Amino acid sequence: MINGIPLYWYLIVSAALFCIGLYGVMARKNVIAVIMGVELMLNAVNINLIAFWRYITPTSISGITFAAFIFVVAAAEAAVGLALIISIYRNTRSVDPEKIDSMKL
Amino acid sequence: MTSELIVFIVLAIISVLAAVGLLSSRNAVYAALFLILNFATVAVLYLMLNAPFLAIIQISVYAGAIMVLFLFVIMLLGAERLNQAAPQPGLRWQRPLAIGLGALLLIQAAYVFITRFNSTTVAPNLIQAGPMEIGLKLFGPYLLPFEVTSILLLVAIIGAVVLTREK
Repeated sequence: MINGIPLYWYLIVSAALFCIGLYGVMARKNVIAVIMGVELMLNAVNINLIAFWRYITPTSISGITFAAFIFVVAAAEAAVGLALIISIYRNTRSVDPEKIDSMKL
Repeated sequence: MTSELIVFIVLAIISVLAAVGLLSSRNAVYAALFLILNFATVAVLYLMLNAPFLAIIQISVYAGAIMVLFLFVIMLLGAERLNQAAPQPGLRWQRPLAIGLGALLLIQAAYVFITRFNSTTVAPNLIQAGPMEIGLKLFGPYLLPFEVTSILLLVAIIGAVVLTREK
């Protein structure tokens, strides 16, 4: 326990953020909101990594390093995802994920 | 009840409420601003976890660069309107069922966390997670993932340029 905060509080906040982000990914009617949900989920993962690093292995710095890698992956994902959205919008004039079904069998 | 505990509770409530606001706002710009608020509170959580470098990265990279990109795309496409389509007639029960099952899953996860991760103690001599330590780690044992990440960024740059190019 650090400063009176048990580890599981961080885990619960992180799990709540992850669930809300997952709902956003699956239920929103706008592709940009879907990508925002993905960002929220990656953020929740980062909270978990740093909380476990701080409470369980504070002498090794690997948890922080993994979190830094996740930052990079999130940035790349946002850039490519938004480029895809711009490209799709140019072709279909829509940002509704229901209408983007040209790869459906 | 220590002051850190109070700060944590306030931050957690603001963070979860901002995430809910992200889901419930009709305007995509408001959703992006709620996400920035969420990222800022999470950055303060990183500070409380003794990771100041990551807190600064969170503010500058996430809340700065990535969200500016989001707002730019939202305004470029004119896609502010998040039309909440009415649920299909046959699927009306689906939303409350999904929310109920999700809450049940969260409660179960919270129970497991409380029973498994309750009695955790920390080593007294905590190392500082500054930029130098992270840099030594990145260029030492994690050199290969670091280089793979640079290739990933290169691929993302090329992909973004190719995907947004006019025919």
